[in-house]
Amino acid sequence: MKATLALETGQVFVGRSFGSEKETEGEVVFCTAMTGYQEILTDPSYQGQIVVMTYPHIGNYGIHDNLNESKKPYVAGFVAREFSQRASHWQPPEKLEKFMKKHGVVGIHDIDTRALTRHLRTLGVCQGIVATGDRSPKDLVSQAKKMPKMAGTDLVKKVTCSSAYDWKENGETGSSQRNVVVMDFGVKHNILRSLSQRGCVVKVVPAKASVNDILAHHPDGIMLSNGPGDPSAVTYAIDTIRALVSHVSNSQKPFPIFGICLGHQLLAQALGGKTYKLKFGHRGANHPVKDLTTGKVEVTTQNHGFAVDMDSLSDKEVELTHINLNDNTLEGLRHKHLPIFSVQYHPEAFPGPHDASYLFDRFIGNVS
Amino acid sequence: MPKRTDIKTILVIGSGPIVIGQACEFDYSGAQAVKALKAEGYRVVLINSNPATIMTDPEFADATYVEPLIPSMVERIIEKEKPQAILPTLGGQTALNLAVELSERGSLKKYNVELIGAKLPAIQKAEDRELFKKTMVKAGLEVPQSGTAHTLAEAEAVSEKIGFPLIIRPSFTLGGVGSATVYTREEFTAAALRGLDASPISEILLEESVIGWKEFELEVMRDKSDQCVIICSIENFDPMGVHTGDSLTVAPSQTLSDPDLQRMRDQAFVCMRAIGVETGGSNVQFALDPKTGRIVIIEMNPRVSRSSALASKATGFPIAKMAALLAVGYRLDEIPNDITKKTPACFEPVIDYVVTKIPRFAFDKFTEGDQTLNTSMKSVGEVMAIGRTFRESLQKALRGLEIGRMGLGADNKGLSARVDAAVAKPLPSQADPEFAALKQSIVHKLRVPNCDQIFCIKYAFQLGMSVEEINQISSVDPWFLSQIQMIVDLEKDIRSAGKKMTRDLLQRAKRDGFSDMQIAYLTGWGVDKIKEMRRKHFPVTYKRVDTCAAEFPADTPYFYSTYETEDESLPLSKKKRVVVLGGGPNRIGQGIEFDYCCVHAAWALKEAGYETIMVNCNPETVSTDYDTSDQLFFEPLTLEDVDNIMDRVKPIGTIVQFGGQTPLNLARPLLNAGAKILGTSADSIDLAEDREHFGALLKRLKIPHPAHGVARTVQEAETVGEALGYPVMVRPSYVLGGRAMEVVYDTIQMTDYMKRALDAGAGLPILLDRFLEGAKEVDVDAISDGKEVFIGGIMEHIEEAGIHSGDSACVLPPFSLNKKVLQDLEQYTYLLAKSLKVKGLMNIQYAVRDNTVYVLEANPRASRTIPFVSKATGVPLAKVAAKVMVGIPLKECLAPYKKMMAKTKNWFSVKEVVFPWLRFPEVDVVLGPEMRSTGEVMGIDSSYGLSFAKSQAAAGAALPKEGTILFSLRPRDRAQALPIAKSFLSMGYQLLGTDGTARFLNENGLNVEAVKKIAEGRPNVLDVIKNKEVTLIVNSPDGRRARSDGYHIRRTALRQNVPIVTTLSAARAVVEGLQKSREKPWQIHSLQDLYNQQRA
Repeated sequence: MKATLALETGQVFVGRSFGSEKETEGEVVFCTAMTGYQEILTDPSYQGQIVVMTYPHIGNYGIHDNLNESKKPYVAGFVAREFSQRASHWQPPEKLEKFMKKHGVVGIHDIDTRALTRHLRTLGVCQGIVATGDRSPKDLVSQAKKMPKMAGTDLVKKVTCSSAYDWKENGETGSSQRNVVVMDFGVKHNILRSLSQRGCVVKVVPAKASVNDILAHHPDGIMLSNGPGDPSAVTYAIDTIRALVSHVSNSQKPFPIFGICLGHQLLAQALGGKTYKLKFGHRGANHPVKDLTTGKVEVTTQNHGFAVDMDSLSDKEVELTHINLNDNTLEGLRHKHLPIFSVQYHPEAFPGPHDASYLFDRFIGNVS
Repeated sequence: MPKRTDIKTILVIGSGPIVIGQACEFDYSGAQAVKALKAEGYRVVLINSNPATIMTDPEFADATYVEPLIPSMVERIIEKEKPQAILPTLGGQTALNLAVELSERGSLKKYNVELIGAKLPAIQKAEDRELFKKTMVKAGLEVPQSGTAHTLAEAEAVSEKIGFPLIIRPSFTLGGVGSATVYTREEFTAAALRGLDASPISEILLEESVIGWKEFELEVMRDKSDQCVIICSIENFDPMGVHTGDSLTVAPSQTLSDPDLQRMRDQAFVCMRAIGVETGGSNVQFALDPKTGRIVIIEMNPRVSRSSALASKATGFPIAKMAALLAVGYRLDEIPNDITKKTPACFEPVIDYVVTKIPRFAFDKFTEGDQTLNTSMKSVGEVMAIGRTFRESLQKALRGLEIGRMGLGADNKGLSARVDAAVAKPLPSQADPEFAALKQSIVHKLRVPNCDQIFCIKYAFQLGMSVEEINQISSVDPWFLSQIQMIVDLEKDIRSAGKKMTRDLLQRAKRDGFSDMQIAYLTGWGVDKIKEMRRKHFPVTYKRVDTCAAEFPADTPYFYSTYETEDESLPLSKKKRVVVLGGGPNRIGQGIEFDYCCVHAAWALKEAGYETIMVNCNPETVSTDYDTSDQLFFEPLTLEDVDNIMDRVKPIGTIVQFGGQTPLNLARPLLNAGAKILGTSADSIDLAEDREHFGALLKRLKIPHPAHGVARTVQEAETVGEALGYPVMVRPSYVLGGRAMEVVYDTIQMTDYMKRALDAGAGLPILLDRFLEGAKEVDVDAISDGKEVFIGGIMEHIEEAGIHSGDSACVLPPFSLNKKVLQDLEQYTYLLAKSLKVKGLMNIQYAVRDNTVYVLEANPRASRTIPFVSKATGVPLAKVAAKVMVGIPLKECLAPYKKMMAKTKNWFSVKEVVFPWLRFPEVDVVLGPEMRSTGEVMGIDSSYGLSFAKSQAAAGAALPKEGTILFSLRPRDRAQALPIAKSFLSMGYQLLGTDGTARFLNENGLNVEAVKKIAEGRPNVLDVIKNKEVTLIVNSPDGRRARSDGYHIRRTALRQNVPIVTTLSAARAVVEGLQKSREKPWQIHSLQDLYNQQRA
């Protein structure tokens, strides 16, 4: 079936539908990862976004239960040069199309995704619509122009868990006595796996959990998870984190706090920093990040449309620890005195390189 | 960490002659490295015996030595040039092996030189298979089960443990020589012995077979501070069991999930660290069990490789350049990404297209050889194509391969016609015997790896087989198979639409890589109509290769075609443009020499102020480096693809005369399509190729030439043969590189030849030339601008006429031609250049007998000898010619080299060739009119003899200083061999002779010991070779008798690495070489010194 992608900029791409046949709206972003489409589909950080995969063949190895990063896909739409009809893998795969249909994900392919990417790179990410069937491109464009922007919208409330739960890895909770409480802003499962694989007892709490709720779980460490959208809109979480930081600074036995992606941005705001929207964000699995403390470069997975303003932290109790070598934006920070640190990128990978997994060890090291 | 300042001078080791498994990719990597190091302010010294390389151009290194790549020579250069460091990781296996030898003989310690890039222990750990395995296991990585053996008994014991099938790999060999996959105990003994023979240390590794597993490669880079990145992943379409050099490969990997890929990435880093490759690029190969996902490491190359050249071209990331910079101490994050300029090189490229590489084979040259693909590499070249989908890149690659196919079938070629006919029948049924036979033969080709397999997969789908069935038989991954099935389905749609094909269907076809010719064949429309339709409705688009999938802006002028909506090649600059057409995939007869010429043309025209545009599809070359020309179009060299580029870039002209036969064949069709051909006109090119017209021209000019005729039947051939007088050179018309050329000595042989030619059914009519037996052959390269003619070089062949000029050694200047002959050569060259209205390069082949000069052939285009002559004389002929072709007067172009030319040449240059005999164990080691060599080396010294001796050493057959020489000659050569044998005796060599040869020499008063023929019991002639009792063999082949003693002598000599000379003229050269080497040691001079000396 025919499908149309219309952007608020007036650009229209006509291709073929793949997956669910309906209309979908979202912020159109591109991701350069060549593998890991299932992890991307199911990453809650993509809530509200129509994701363009720059690699042309998507779906080749199918869908696998163990590759989900959450319970369902979150992307608002999925775009590729070509989605595979046929999947092949040593573990018997499910077909991508079936998965997308089952979960109501709208896809479009057979369009010039490189032209689209160049457009987004040049003009910045923008609002867009994917509609299947014969639709007037003109109408779709004007509809896209009327869509609300992502900045200023709280998307966390759409993806956080409704109540606290224990993360069980293969039906088991962690074996050690280390309790880690994860504030769920849209947490990727591999963050939880990375913690429990290191022996932590992982308790996941909703984004709106209060300081008392959190402390009631006797945390030995707190993880601020990744998540979608504009951090400035998640004021309640910023307040909670600020209170947690002050709790840690007043505590005899300070526990560590580790923020990832949105968690990093929320922490930065809680510490007095500001965030801003990037032109087209960082989405992919090949971004070079320099650890300023060791001078070493790690290749990282990234997925963020906002970033922390370095200058806004200059007079705060914060040290900059990581920068992105492509555009010199901030990629990591730590509190000058407390065991509190965060990174903008994804040490849990999934998809992407494992270069930064040491950060979990560093976190756990602080926990014990 | 900035670059090292304790190093001032770096010695870079090249890879020597082009051989199977080591082609011009190392010229590409070496040239990049030398350029990068020089730009960093280092003094670069280079040694490489291959004159056809760009890296040995005098402008590249500070001191360039075209000398044999042997330890003693390198040591002398080290002594002279005093480098602080040697970079051995850019010259392939040759450079690595040399580094090991230098290390082991203490040269490095003696002269206090350091290996940079990879240290000795790292090289040893990666190269010694047992050590490699141990290192991997210790590092926690899995490898296939295995064991080593040094004797047959040991090998048998190991095989008991592993079971069959298993793989045998000799240690320290190149490109898998002597490797074999063994399925049964019966095959085992012979294969094990061959492997032990092939290994210089008589060691083989026996390994659990992972045949049928999926094969992957990762290209890794590491810097001094242990930062590692993956540049590219490559997936082999062919499963394990076929050498990766012989496999169709795809980048990036297509069927790995992210966790699979990351597992390999982690392991690749562990491997690189465990081996201890300090800096630079390495290649790690993995096998993945398609049933369980188990991953094992197969091997790693601690150096840049063929795969890294491919990865560089596939991603735009210049691995060799980076490797060189990392070797001198830079960190990845200190080097900017060449393409984006703004982002650092410390990242992992992502691409938004699919790259397919397909090897090119030369089985037509070695028909007796086994054509089954296995773990020993057999291909001689490769083609790469870029498309937005696998299907598009596959079809582009297939038509770029130049094997007569226009894509994946739909072209009435190969078995296509039969399959199409079988499928077209109303009810094709398994019961139909013809159908069944066809299917059976196709299924067989799916089962046994061979170079037609990709087509057979397509046929299998056409015959109704399923993805599952084909996967079962071939082990090719179902994803790839389903892509081929999509092509087959689309083909069916196009065929049934016929002339009713819609615009939408045409667009789908173009997007899947179908060529106009395929679509024309399927629909019944003419090619022009298809072209007109697509150009009107959806013009071709060119996309940029940028390492980052469009995330960042890039200005790299590196493009590929596809059918999308946005084009990135426009707008054009205001400059005048010239298109240079490259040579496509390497093959025997068309290789690096032509790429060298194309690169020079691009440089020369850049100098002359033109914007140069290169079109080529060979990833191993310097021409496809994106900074060689102003713009690179990585495209197949077919009329359609080139015409599209012409239409887009609107050049003032095109150079077709530099890339070998490939672009030459396009001259006429391009002309018809409205292109302007620069230089010598297509008419002149055609005239020179047309025997009748050319013969008439020679007659008119009163230039002698051998009498010739044409025959279509056996009877005609007999008549013409009689009329010409025997011996006669026979060959089919319309073939290249001497295909199926032979010399026949009588009517019986003529009849036999004609019968075979008629049976083969191709290439009629047959051309017959009077063969000038015993004539000297001479090659002349010249340049003309239409007014003046410049003779670039006169080369006297060492082998007599009758041996393909590409296969014979030659000397510049001539060593035995008298003044009159030289005058005639020059005179005829002038006459022909003028008469053919040559504007640019021309090569003429002459035969000289009894002081008469005969013209054999004239080709108004670049010849294989251009780089050799340019190196020998210091005049870059291709550059000069390219400038002449755009209208600059010859005089002006030559002016910078005037001084050099005025001086007499005071040294001799010898070109010698190398052959791939070892790769084809069944093939006889005989020279003939059909070219079979893969590469060349050059020896330069003060006399013909010394230069010849050097060239032999450079070709891997150093002349023995002492020992026993075995003579085994056909009767008619024996008398002429007398003085040769005498010279050997007088130099103190012992002589051995087989039967008749020994008797003859003894009868003539020479002291020659006789040795038994094979049938006469033992120890026989083969035993003395195997026991290393002989150090040189002079053997002249006795005609077409298969599996004769001579055949076994030659094959045994080859396996035992005993130098063998198969012509008397070469034997004379050996004598000359040995005599001169006794009088005077070899001189070493850098090319720069030689040229300056000449200028002085």
